[in-house]
Amino acid sequence: MQPDISVKHLNKIYEDGFQALKDVNLEIYPGEIFALLGPNGAGKTTLISIICGIVNKSDGEVKAAGHDIVKQYRKAREAIGLVPQELNTDSFETVWDAVSFSRGLFGKAPKPAHIEQVLKDLSLWDKRNNRIMSLSGGMKRRVMIAKALSHEPRILFLDEPTAGVDVELRRDMWEMVRKLRENGTTIILTTHYIEEAEEMADRIGVIRQGEIILVEDKNRLMSKLGKKELRLQLQQKLDKLPGELTLEPIELSEDGYELIYTFDSQQQQAGVARLLRTLGDLDIEYRDLQTRESSLEEIFVGLVHE
Amino acid sequence: MNLYGVKAIYKFEMARMKRTIMQSVLSPVISTCLYFVVFGSAIGSRMGDIDNISYGAYIIPGLVMLSLLMQSISNASFGIYMPKFSGTIYEVLSAPVSYVEIVLGYVGAATTKAVILGLIILATAKLFVDYSILHPFWMFSFLVLTAMTFSLFGFIIGIWADGFEKLQIVPMMIVTPLVFLGGTFYSIDMLPEIWQTISLFNPVVYLISGFRWAFYGVSDVHVGISVGMTMVFLTMCMTAVWWIFKTGYRLRS
Repeated sequence: MQPDISVKHLNKIYEDGFQALKDVNLEIYPGEIFALLGPNGAGKTTLISIICGIVNKSDGEVKAAGHDIVKQYRKAREAIGLVPQELNTDSFETVWDAVSFSRGLFGKAPKPAHIEQVLKDLSLWDKRNNRIMSLSGGMKRRVMIAKALSHEPRILFLDEPTAGVDVELRRDMWEMVRKLRENGTTIILTTHYIEEAEEMADRIGVIRQGEIILVEDKNRLMSKLGKKELRLQLQQKLDKLPGELTLEPIELSEDGYELIYTFDSQQQQAGVARLLRTLGDLDIEYRDLQTRESSLEEIFVGLVHE
Repeated sequence: MNLYGVKAIYKFEMARMKRTIMQSVLSPVISTCLYFVVFGSAIGSRMGDIDNISYGAYIIPGLVMLSLLMQSISNASFGIYMPKFSGTIYEVLSAPVSYVEIVLGYVGAATTKAVILGLIILATAKLFVDYSILHPFWMFSFLVLTAMTFSLFGFIIGIWADGFEKLQIVPMMIVTPLVFLGGTFYSIDMLPEIWQTISLFNPVVYLISGFRWAFYGVSDVHVGISVGMTMVFLTMCMTAVWWIFKTGYRLRS
Protein backbone atom coordinates (compact mmCIF):
# COMPACT_ATOMS: atom_id res chain seq x y z
CA MET A 1 0.00 0.00 0.00
CA GLN A 2 1.31 3.46 -0.90
CA PRO A 3 1.72 5.59 2.22
CA ASP A 4 -0.19 8.87 2.53
CA ILE A 5 2.82 10.42 4.21
CA SER A 6 6.32 9.36 3.35
CA VAL A 7 9.32 10.98 5.03
CA LYS A 8 12.84 9.86 4.11
CA HIS A 9 16.09 11.02 5.67
CA LEU A 10 14.55 14.34 6.68
CA ASN A 11 16.79 16.86 8.39
CA LYS A 12 16.05 20.34 9.58
CA ILE A 13 18.69 22.76 10.76
CA TYR A 14 17.48 26.25 11.63
CA GLU A 15 19.49 29.37 10.80
CA ASP A 16 20.83 29.57 14.34
CA GLY A 17 22.35 26.12 13.86
CA PHE A 18 19.82 24.22 15.96
CA GLN A 19 19.10 20.82 14.44
CA ALA A 20 15.40 20.20 15.02
CA LEU A 21 15.13 16.97 13.01
CA LYS A 22 17.77 14.29 12.52
CA ASP A 23 17.41 11.80 9.69
CA VAL A 24 13.69 11.25 10.24
CA ASN A 25 12.10 8.36 8.37
CA LEU A 26 8.40 7.75 8.67
CA GLU A 27 5.51 6.29 6.71
CA ILE A 28 1.86 6.80 7.54
CA TYR A 29 -0.75 4.78 5.73
CA PRO A 30 -4.19 5.71 4.39
CA GLY A 31 -7.00 5.60 6.91
CA GLU A 32 -4.89 5.19 10.02
CA ILE A 33 -4.73 7.37 13.10
CA PHE A 34 -1.10 7.98 13.88
CA ALA A 35 -0.11 9.60 17.15
CA LEU A 36 3.21 11.37 17.28
CA LEU A 37 4.37 11.70 20.85
CA GLY A 38 7.32 13.51 22.25
CA PRO A 39 8.29 15.97 24.96
CA ASN A 40 8.29 19.72 24.37
CA GLY A 41 10.88 20.75 21.78
CA ALA A 42 11.27 17.22 20.45
CA GLY A 43 10.51 18.28 16.87
CA LYS A 44 6.84 17.30 16.46
CA THR A 45 5.64 20.69 15.24
CA THR A 46 8.70 21.17 13.02
CA LEU A 47 8.01 17.83 11.34
CA ILE A 48 4.34 18.70 10.78
CA SER A 49 5.23 22.20 9.60
CA ILE A 50 7.64 20.84 6.99
CA ILE A 51 5.10 18.35 5.65
CA CYS A 52 2.49 21.11 5.43
CA GLY A 53 4.83 23.59 3.72
CA ILE A 54 5.16 26.14 6.52
CA VAL A 55 8.82 25.42 7.26
CA ASN A 56 11.51 24.63 4.67
CA LYS A 57 13.34 21.33 5.00
CA SER A 58 17.11 21.30 5.02
CA ASP A 59 17.51 17.87 3.48
CA GLY A 60 15.57 14.72 2.66
CA GLU A 61 12.41 13.79 0.81
CA VAL A 62 8.81 14.25 1.92
CA LYS A 63 5.72 13.12 0.05
CA ALA A 64 2.08 13.69 0.90
CA ALA A 65 -0.60 11.65 -0.89
CA GLY A 66 2.19 10.42 -3.18
CA HIS A 67 3.29 13.92 -4.22
CA ASP A 68 6.60 15.56 -3.43
CA ILE A 69 5.91 18.51 -1.11
CA VAL A 70 8.29 20.78 -3.05
CA LYS A 71 8.08 19.72 -6.70
CA GLN A 72 4.36 18.92 -6.62
CA TYR A 73 3.40 21.20 -3.77
CA ARG A 74 -0.06 21.98 -5.10
CA LYS A 75 -1.18 18.33 -5.24
CA ALA A 76 0.50 17.60 -1.91
CA ARG A 77 -1.04 20.55 -0.08
CA GLU A 78 -4.50 20.04 -1.57
CA ALA A 79 -4.59 16.71 0.23
CA ILE A 80 -3.68 18.13 3.63
CA GLY A 81 -5.69 19.87 6.31
CA LEU A 82 -3.88 21.35 9.30
CA VAL A 83 -5.11 22.30 12.74
CA PRO A 84 -2.14 24.08 14.30
CA GLN A 85 -1.27 24.12 17.95
CA GLU A 86 -1.81 27.83 18.52
CA LEU A 87 -5.27 29.39 18.40
CA ASN A 88 -4.49 31.50 15.35
CA THR A 89 -7.79 32.81 14.08
CA ASP A 90 -9.08 35.90 12.38
CA SER A 91 -10.98 38.05 14.81
CA PHE A 92 -13.35 40.11 12.73
CA GLU A 93 -14.55 37.50 10.24
CA THR A 94 -17.70 35.50 10.82
CA VAL A 95 -17.37 31.75 11.29
CA TRP A 96 -19.01 31.10 7.91
CA ASP A 97 -16.74 33.54 6.05
CA ALA A 98 -13.59 32.23 7.71
CA VAL A 99 -14.37 28.62 6.86
CA SER A 100 -15.43 29.52 3.30
CA PHE A 101 -12.19 31.48 2.90
CA SER A 102 -10.18 28.38 3.78
CA ARG A 103 -12.00 26.28 1.20
CA GLY A 104 -11.31 28.83 -1.52
CA LEU A 105 -7.69 29.20 -0.49
CA PHE A 106 -7.20 25.48 -1.02
CA GLY A 107 -8.50 25.78 -4.57
CA LYS A 108 -11.95 24.31 -4.10
CA ALA A 109 -15.12 25.70 -5.65
CA PRO A 110 -17.72 26.96 -3.16
CA LYS A 111 -19.81 24.14 -1.67
CA PRO A 112 -22.12 25.60 0.95
CA ALA A 113 -23.64 22.20 1.73
CA HIS A 114 -20.25 20.86 2.82
CA ILE A 115 -19.48 23.91 4.93
CA GLU A 116 -22.89 23.57 6.54
CA GLN A 117 -22.26 19.91 7.33
CA VAL A 118 -18.84 20.61 8.83
CA LEU A 119 -20.24 23.40 11.00
CA LYS A 120 -23.09 21.19 12.15
CA ASP A 121 -20.72 18.30 12.95
CA LEU A 122 -18.66 20.64 15.08
CA SER A 123 -21.69 22.25 16.78
CA LEU A 124 -20.84 25.57 15.16
CA TRP A 125 -23.93 25.96 13.01
CA ASP A 126 -25.67 28.28 15.50
CA LYS A 127 -22.54 30.44 15.61
CA ARG A 128 -22.05 30.71 11.84
CA ASN A 129 -22.87 34.42 11.71
CA ASN A 130 -20.90 35.28 14.86
CA ARG A 131 -17.58 37.03 14.63
CA ILE A 132 -14.77 34.74 15.72
CA MET A 133 -13.61 37.22 18.34
CA SER A 134 -16.88 36.70 20.20
CA LEU A 135 -16.36 32.95 20.58
CA SER A 136 -14.90 31.08 23.54
CA GLY A 137 -11.51 29.36 23.30
CA GLY A 138 -13.11 25.97 22.78
CA MET A 139 -15.32 27.31 20.01
CA LYS A 140 -12.33 28.93 18.32
CA ARG A 141 -10.61 25.56 18.39
CA ARG A 142 -13.65 24.08 16.63
CA VAL A 143 -13.46 26.85 14.02
CA MET A 144 -9.85 25.92 13.33
CA ILE A 145 -10.86 22.31 12.82
CA ALA A 146 -13.71 23.41 10.53
CA LYS A 147 -11.26 25.48 8.49
CA ALA A 148 -8.94 22.48 8.16
CA LEU A 149 -11.83 20.28 7.01
CA SER A 150 -13.35 22.85 4.66
CA HIS A 151 -11.54 21.56 1.57
CA GLU A 152 -12.23 17.89 2.29
CA PRO A 153 -8.62 16.83 2.86
CA ARG A 154 -7.66 13.15 2.81
CA ILE A 155 -4.91 13.77 5.38
CA LEU A 156 -5.56 15.72 8.56
CA PHE A 157 -2.87 16.97 10.93
CA LEU A 158 -4.02 17.76 14.44
CA ASP A 159 -1.24 19.46 16.36
CA GLU A 160 -2.22 19.33 20.04
CA PRO A 161 -5.91 19.66 19.13
CA THR A 162 -7.30 19.35 22.61
CA ALA A 163 -4.79 21.48 24.48
CA GLY A 164 -6.72 23.67 26.87
CA VAL A 165 -10.18 22.44 25.96
CA ASP A 166 -12.71 21.03 28.38
CA VAL A 167 -13.47 17.36 28.81
CA GLU A 168 -16.74 17.52 26.87
CA LEU A 169 -15.14 19.14 23.86
CA ARG A 170 -12.26 16.67 24.00
CA ARG A 171 -14.71 13.78 23.86
CA ASP A 172 -16.55 15.46 20.96
CA MET A 173 -13.30 15.80 19.09
CA TRP A 174 -12.36 12.21 19.62
CA GLU A 175 -15.75 11.25 18.26
CA MET A 176 -15.23 13.49 15.25
CA VAL A 177 -11.79 12.02 14.60
CA ARG A 178 -13.21 8.52 14.65
CA LYS A 179 -15.91 9.54 12.15
CA LEU A 180 -13.29 11.05 9.87
CA ARG A 181 -11.27 7.87 10.01
CA GLU A 182 -14.36 5.86 9.13
CA ASN A 183 -14.65 8.03 6.02
CA GLY A 184 -11.08 7.16 5.08
CA THR A 185 -9.24 10.24 6.31
CA THR A 186 -5.69 9.68 7.49
CA ILE A 187 -5.11 11.42 10.80
CA ILE A 188 -1.82 12.44 12.31
CA LEU A 189 -2.13 13.59 15.87
CA THR A 190 0.37 15.13 18.21
CA THR A 191 -0.68 15.36 21.79
CA HIS A 192 0.53 15.81 25.31
CA TYR A 193 -2.44 13.82 26.55
CA ILE A 194 -1.16 10.29 26.26
CA GLU A 195 -4.65 9.17 27.20
CA GLU A 196 -5.74 10.66 23.89
CA ALA A 197 -3.25 8.61 21.91
CA GLU A 198 -4.11 5.52 23.92
CA GLU A 199 -7.80 6.07 23.23
CA MET A 200 -7.59 6.75 19.51
CA ALA A 201 -4.33 5.88 17.79
CA ASP A 202 -3.67 2.83 15.66
CA ARG A 203 0.06 3.43 15.63
CA ILE A 204 2.36 5.44 17.83
CA GLY A 205 5.54 7.26 16.90
CA VAL A 206 7.83 8.64 19.56
CA ILE A 207 10.17 11.50 18.75
CA ARG A 208 12.96 12.61 21.04
CA GLN A 209 15.48 15.38 20.36
CA GLY A 210 14.61 15.37 16.67
CA GLU A 211 14.91 11.64 16.19
CA ILE A 212 12.14 9.13 15.73
CA ILE A 213 13.04 6.55 18.33
CA LEU A 214 10.10 4.25 17.86
CA VAL A 215 7.17 3.59 15.53
CA GLU A 216 4.91 0.75 16.55
CA ASP A 217 1.36 -0.51 16.44
CA LYS A 218 -0.24 0.75 19.64
CA ASN A 219 -1.43 -2.61 20.92
CA ARG A 220 1.86 -4.27 20.07
CA LEU A 221 3.74 -1.44 21.77
CA MET A 222 1.73 -1.79 24.93
CA SER A 223 2.14 -5.50 24.91
CA LYS A 224 5.85 -5.33 24.09
CA LEU A 225 6.93 -2.52 26.37
CA GLY A 226 4.10 -2.55 28.84
CA LYS A 227 4.48 -3.97 32.32
CA LYS A 228 1.92 -5.71 34.42
CA GLU A 229 1.79 -5.52 38.13
CA LEU A 230 0.33 -8.07 40.51
CA ARG A 231 -0.35 -6.91 44.05
CA LEU A 232 -1.07 -9.48 46.75
CA GLN A 233 -2.47 -8.34 50.09
CA LEU A 234 -1.15 -10.73 52.70
CA GLN A 235 -3.01 -12.20 55.67
CA GLN A 236 0.03 -11.81 57.86
CA LYS A 237 2.87 -9.35 57.92
CA LEU A 238 6.24 -10.40 56.48
CA ASP A 239 9.38 -8.95 58.00
CA LYS A 240 11.44 -9.63 54.91
CA LEU A 241 11.15 -11.20 51.49
CA PRO A 242 11.63 -14.98 51.73
CA GLY A 243 14.80 -16.22 50.01
CA GLU A 244 12.76 -18.34 47.53
CA LEU A 245 11.25 -15.14 46.12
CA THR A 246 14.37 -13.01 45.80
CA LEU A 247 15.06 -14.19 42.26
CA GLU A 248 11.68 -12.90 41.09
CA PRO A 249 11.05 -9.19 40.25
CA ILE A 250 9.13 -8.84 43.45
CA GLU A 251 9.04 -6.28 46.23
CA LEU A 252 7.68 -6.23 49.73
CA SER A 253 5.80 -3.10 50.76
CA GLU A 254 7.12 -1.04 53.65
CA ASP A 255 4.36 -2.16 56.01
CA GLY A 256 5.08 -5.81 55.11
CA TYR A 257 1.49 -6.56 54.14
CA GLU A 258 1.79 -6.39 50.34
CA LEU A 259 3.82 -8.18 47.71
CA ILE A 260 4.24 -6.37 44.40
CA TYR A 261 5.25 -8.50 41.43
CA THR A 262 6.12 -6.75 38.14
CA PHE A 263 6.34 -8.70 34.91
CA ASP A 264 6.33 -8.27 31.15
CA SER A 265 2.90 -8.50 29.57
CA GLN A 266 4.14 -11.27 27.29
CA GLN A 267 5.43 -13.51 30.09
CA GLN A 268 2.48 -13.24 32.41
CA GLN A 269 1.23 -16.82 32.48
CA ALA A 270 4.39 -18.60 33.57
CA GLY A 271 5.56 -16.01 36.11
CA VAL A 272 2.29 -15.56 37.99
CA ALA A 273 1.65 -19.29 38.22
CA ARG A 274 5.16 -19.88 39.55
CA LEU A 275 4.81 -17.11 42.10
CA LEU A 276 1.48 -18.38 43.41
CA ARG A 277 2.85 -21.94 43.66
CA THR A 278 5.87 -20.69 45.61
CA LEU A 279 3.65 -18.74 48.02
CA GLY A 280 1.57 -21.88 48.54
CA ASP A 281 4.74 -23.90 49.25
CA LEU A 282 5.84 -21.29 51.80
CA ASP A 283 2.39 -21.20 53.49
CA ILE A 284 2.09 -17.48 52.79
CA GLU A 285 -1.59 -16.71 52.59
CA TYR A 286 -3.12 -13.73 50.85
CA ARG A 287 -6.59 -12.25 51.24
CA ASP A 288 -6.82 -10.33 47.96
CA LEU A 289 -4.99 -9.77 44.70
CA GLN A 290 -5.08 -7.11 42.00
CA THR A 291 -3.45 -6.77 38.61
CA ARG A 292 -2.75 -3.51 36.80
CA GLU A 293 -1.36 -2.91 33.32
CA SER A 294 1.01 0.01 32.71
CA SER A 295 -0.46 2.83 30.69
CA LEU A 296 0.89 4.23 27.45
CA GLU A 297 1.92 7.23 29.49
CA GLU A 298 4.23 5.13 31.62
CA ILE A 299 5.68 3.49 28.52
CA PHE A 300 6.17 6.93 26.93
CA VAL A 301 7.84 8.37 29.99
CA GLY A 302 10.12 5.33 30.12
CA LEU A 303 11.05 5.75 26.46
CA VAL A 304 11.81 9.45 26.45
CA HIS A 305 13.85 9.28 29.63
CA GLU A 306 15.99 6.36 28.55
CA MET B 1 -3.55 28.31 -11.51
CA ASN B 2 -5.46 28.40 -8.21
CA LEU B 3 -8.01 31.06 -9.13
CA TYR B 4 -10.22 30.18 -6.17
CA GLY B 5 -7.24 30.84 -3.91
CA VAL B 6 -6.56 34.23 -5.50
CA LYS B 7 -10.24 35.10 -5.25
CA ALA B 8 -10.40 34.05 -1.60
CA ILE B 9 -7.48 36.31 -0.63
CA TYR B 10 -8.81 39.16 -2.78
CA LYS B 11 -12.32 38.93 -1.31
CA PHE B 12 -10.95 38.68 2.22
CA GLU B 13 -8.93 41.86 1.74
CA MET B 14 -11.78 43.74 0.09
CA ALA B 15 -14.04 42.73 2.97
CA ARG B 16 -11.50 44.32 5.32
CA MET B 17 -11.94 47.59 3.41
CA LYS B 18 -15.69 47.45 3.96
CA ARG B 19 -15.20 46.81 7.67
CA THR B 20 -12.80 49.72 8.02
CA ILE B 21 -14.45 52.20 5.65
CA MET B 22 -13.83 55.13 8.01
CA GLN B 23 -10.11 54.47 8.11
CA SER B 24 -9.68 53.20 4.53
CA VAL B 25 -11.82 55.67 2.62
CA LEU B 26 -13.35 58.50 4.62
CA SER B 27 -10.23 59.53 6.49
CA PRO B 28 -7.95 59.98 3.42
CA VAL B 29 -10.77 61.62 1.45
CA ILE B 30 -11.43 64.14 4.23
CA SER B 31 -7.75 64.98 4.75
CA THR B 32 -7.23 65.45 0.99
CA CYS B 33 -10.33 67.65 0.85
CA LEU B 34 -8.75 69.85 3.51
CA TYR B 35 -5.78 70.35 1.16
CA PHE B 36 -8.20 71.30 -1.62
CA VAL B 37 -9.98 73.77 0.64
CA VAL B 38 -6.81 75.34 2.07
CA PHE B 39 -4.43 75.28 -0.90
CA GLY B 40 -7.00 75.15 -3.68
CA SER B 41 -9.83 77.46 -2.68
CA ALA B 42 -8.39 79.66 0.09
CA ILE B 43 -4.68 80.23 -0.59
CA GLY B 44 -4.81 79.05 -4.21
CA SER B 45 -7.06 81.93 -5.28
CA ARG B 46 -4.32 84.38 -4.24
CA MET B 47 -1.52 82.54 -6.02
CA GLY B 48 -0.50 82.87 -9.64
CA ASP B 49 -1.05 80.24 -12.29
CA ILE B 50 1.62 77.67 -13.01
CA ASP B 51 2.02 76.72 -16.70
CA ASN B 52 -1.27 78.57 -17.29
CA ILE B 53 -3.09 76.30 -14.86
CA SER B 54 -4.78 77.68 -11.76
CA TYR B 55 -2.89 76.72 -8.60
CA GLY B 56 -5.88 74.85 -7.18
CA ALA B 57 -6.09 72.67 -10.28
CA TYR B 58 -2.31 72.32 -10.54
CA ILE B 59 -1.96 70.59 -7.17
CA ILE B 60 -4.77 68.05 -7.76
CA PRO B 61 -2.61 65.36 -9.45
CA GLY B 62 0.01 65.63 -6.69
CA LEU B 63 -2.56 65.39 -3.91
CA VAL B 64 -4.27 62.43 -5.52
CA MET B 65 -0.84 60.83 -5.88
CA LEU B 66 -0.08 61.51 -2.21
CA SER B 67 -3.20 59.61 -1.07
CA LEU B 68 -2.69 56.92 -3.67
CA LEU B 69 0.88 56.19 -2.55
CA MET B 70 0.06 56.24 1.15
CA GLN B 71 -3.02 54.06 0.81
CA SER B 72 -1.38 51.59 -1.58
CA ILE B 73 1.46 51.09 0.88
CA SER B 74 -0.81 51.02 3.90
CA ASN B 75 -3.35 48.56 2.42
CA ALA B 76 -0.79 46.09 1.15
CA SER B 77 1.52 46.25 4.16
CA PHE B 78 -1.32 45.74 6.65
CA GLY B 79 -2.81 43.04 4.42
CA ILE B 80 0.22 40.79 4.72
CA TYR B 81 1.46 41.98 8.12
CA MET B 82 -1.76 41.20 10.00
CA PRO B 83 -1.75 37.45 9.18
CA LYS B 84 1.89 37.40 10.27
CA PHE B 85 1.01 39.21 13.48
CA SER B 86 -2.04 37.08 14.29
CA GLY B 87 -0.42 33.83 13.18
CA THR B 88 -3.02 33.07 10.50
CA ILE B 89 -0.28 33.24 7.86
CA TYR B 90 0.16 29.49 8.44
CA GLU B 91 -2.94 28.92 6.36
CA VAL B 92 -1.67 30.85 3.34
CA LEU B 93 1.73 29.18 3.57
CA SER B 94 0.23 25.70 3.76
CA ALA B 95 -2.29 26.27 0.95
CA PRO B 96 -1.72 25.18 -2.65
CA VAL B 97 -1.11 28.74 -3.82
CA SER B 98 2.01 29.92 -5.60
CA TYR B 99 3.73 33.13 -4.58
CA VAL B 100 2.43 34.77 -7.76
CA GLU B 101 -1.11 33.92 -6.66
CA ILE B 102 -0.50 35.19 -3.13
CA VAL B 103 0.81 38.48 -4.54
CA LEU B 104 -2.10 38.69 -6.99
CA GLY B 105 -4.56 38.35 -4.14
CA TYR B 106 -2.99 40.77 -1.68
CA VAL B 107 -1.52 43.30 -4.09
CA GLY B 108 -4.54 43.09 -6.41
CA ALA B 109 -6.86 43.98 -3.55
CA ALA B 110 -4.59 46.77 -2.29
CA THR B 111 -4.36 48.19 -5.81
CA THR B 112 -8.12 48.06 -6.27
CA LYS B 113 -8.70 49.81 -2.97
CA ALA B 114 -6.15 52.54 -3.77
CA VAL B 115 -7.58 53.11 -7.26
CA ILE B 116 -11.13 53.35 -5.88
CA LEU B 117 -9.90 55.85 -3.31
CA GLY B 118 -8.04 57.86 -5.98
CA LEU B 119 -11.18 58.07 -8.10
CA ILE B 120 -13.28 59.12 -5.09
CA ILE B 121 -10.76 61.86 -4.29
CA LEU B 122 -10.80 63.03 -7.90
CA ALA B 123 -14.59 63.16 -7.87
CA THR B 124 -14.57 65.02 -4.55
CA ALA B 125 -12.01 67.53 -5.86
CA LYS B 126 -14.58 68.66 -8.41
CA LEU B 127 -16.59 70.10 -5.54
CA PHE B 128 -13.79 72.51 -4.66
CA VAL B 129 -11.69 73.11 -7.76
CA ASP B 130 -12.45 73.19 -11.47
CA TYR B 131 -10.13 70.93 -13.42
CA SER B 132 -10.08 68.88 -16.63
CA ILE B 133 -8.43 65.64 -17.73
CA LEU B 134 -6.74 65.89 -21.13
CA HIS B 135 -5.75 62.21 -21.44
CA PRO B 136 -8.23 60.12 -19.40
CA PHE B 137 -6.77 56.81 -20.58
CA TRP B 138 -3.26 57.78 -19.49
CA MET B 139 -4.56 59.29 -16.27
CA PHE B 140 -6.22 55.98 -15.38
CA SER B 141 -3.17 54.01 -16.53
CA PHE B 142 -0.87 56.08 -14.31
CA LEU B 143 -3.32 55.66 -11.45
CA VAL B 144 -3.38 51.87 -11.78
CA LEU B 145 0.35 51.48 -12.47
CA THR B 146 1.33 53.65 -9.52
CA ALA B 147 -1.14 51.95 -7.19
CA MET B 148 0.16 48.55 -8.28
CA THR B 149 3.80 49.54 -7.87
CA PHE B 150 3.34 51.01 -4.42
CA SER B 151 1.10 48.18 -3.31
CA LEU B 152 3.97 45.85 -4.16
CA PHE B 153 6.25 48.15 -2.20
CA GLY B 154 3.81 48.03 0.72
CA PHE B 155 3.69 44.24 0.49
CA ILE B 156 7.48 44.16 0.87
CA ILE B 157 7.28 46.49 3.88
CA GLY B 158 4.58 44.28 5.42
CA ILE B 159 6.82 41.23 5.13
CA TRP B 160 9.89 43.09 6.37
CA ALA B 161 8.15 44.70 9.35
CA ASP B 162 8.27 42.88 12.66
CA GLY B 163 6.28 45.49 14.54
CA PHE B 164 3.64 48.14 13.94
CA GLU B 165 6.21 50.91 14.24
CA LYS B 166 8.13 49.64 11.23
CA LEU B 167 4.91 49.58 9.21
CA GLN B 168 4.62 53.32 9.74
CA ILE B 169 8.26 54.33 9.38
CA VAL B 170 8.61 54.03 5.61
CA PRO B 171 5.33 55.76 4.63
CA MET B 172 5.72 58.56 7.18
CA MET B 173 9.48 59.12 7.19
CA ILE B 174 10.31 58.45 3.55
CA VAL B 175 7.30 58.47 1.24
CA THR B 176 5.55 61.57 2.64
CA PRO B 177 8.67 63.80 2.39
CA LEU B 178 9.36 62.49 -1.11
CA VAL B 179 5.82 63.36 -2.19
CA PHE B 180 5.94 66.85 -0.66
CA LEU B 181 9.34 67.48 -2.26
CA GLY B 182 8.34 65.75 -5.51
CA GLY B 183 6.42 68.61 -7.06
CA THR B 184 3.01 68.16 -5.49
CA PHE B 185 2.67 71.84 -4.68
CA TYR B 186 5.02 73.33 -7.27
CA SER B 187 6.78 72.72 -10.55
CA ILE B 188 10.39 71.73 -10.06
CA ASP B 189 11.22 74.39 -12.69
CA MET B 190 10.49 76.91 -9.91
CA LEU B 191 13.41 75.56 -7.84
CA PRO B 192 17.02 76.78 -8.04
CA GLU B 193 19.03 74.72 -10.53
CA ILE B 194 20.88 72.69 -7.92
CA TRP B 195 17.60 71.64 -6.27
CA GLN B 196 16.15 70.79 -9.68
CA THR B 197 19.03 68.36 -10.20
CA ILE B 198 18.62 66.90 -6.69
CA SER B 199 14.87 66.53 -7.30
CA LEU B 200 15.52 64.29 -10.28
CA PHE B 201 16.78 61.65 -7.81
CA ASN B 202 13.34 61.65 -6.20
CA PRO B 203 11.31 58.89 -7.92
CA VAL B 204 8.03 60.54 -6.93
CA VAL B 205 8.86 63.50 -9.21
CA TYR B 206 8.39 61.20 -12.22
CA LEU B 207 5.09 59.82 -10.94
CA ILE B 208 3.57 63.24 -10.24
CA SER B 209 4.95 64.71 -13.44
CA GLY B 210 3.51 61.95 -15.60
CA PHE B 211 0.20 62.05 -13.77
CA ARG B 212 -0.03 65.82 -14.16
CA TRP B 213 0.74 65.48 -17.86
CA ALA B 214 -2.28 63.19 -18.20
CA PHE B 215 -4.43 65.99 -16.73
CA TYR B 216 -3.06 69.13 -18.35
CA GLY B 217 -0.48 68.09 -20.94
CA VAL B 218 2.34 69.79 -18.97
CA SER B 219 5.11 68.01 -17.11
CA ASP B 220 8.41 68.57 -15.35
CA VAL B 221 10.03 65.66 -17.17
CA HIS B 222 9.10 63.95 -20.44
CA VAL B 223 6.14 61.61 -19.98
CA GLY B 224 8.09 58.75 -21.55
CA ILE B 225 10.70 59.06 -18.79
CA SER B 226 7.90 59.08 -16.20
CA VAL B 227 6.48 55.84 -17.57
CA GLY B 228 9.97 54.35 -17.79
CA MET B 229 10.86 55.25 -14.20
CA THR B 230 7.56 53.86 -12.93
CA MET B 231 8.27 50.62 -14.77
CA VAL B 232 11.79 50.50 -13.32
CA PHE B 233 10.42 50.85 -9.77
CA LEU B 234 7.73 48.25 -10.51
CA THR B 235 10.39 45.83 -11.76
CA MET B 236 12.53 46.45 -8.67
CA CYS B 237 9.57 45.70 -6.41
CA MET B 238 8.68 42.55 -8.35
CA THR B 239 12.28 41.36 -8.11
CA ALA B 240 12.29 41.95 -4.34
CA VAL B 241 9.02 40.02 -3.95
CA TRP B 242 10.38 37.18 -6.07
CA TRP B 243 13.47 37.04 -3.83
CA ILE B 244 11.33 37.09 -0.67
CA PHE B 245 9.34 34.06 -1.76
CA LYS B 246 12.36 32.27 -3.15
CA THR B 247 14.24 32.55 0.13
CA GLY B 248 11.21 32.51 2.42
CA TYR B 249 12.50 35.74 4.01
CA ARG B 250 10.50 36.38 7.21
CA LEU B 251 7.82 33.97 5.99
CA ARG B 252 9.23 30.45 6.06
CA SER B 253 12.01 29.52 8.46
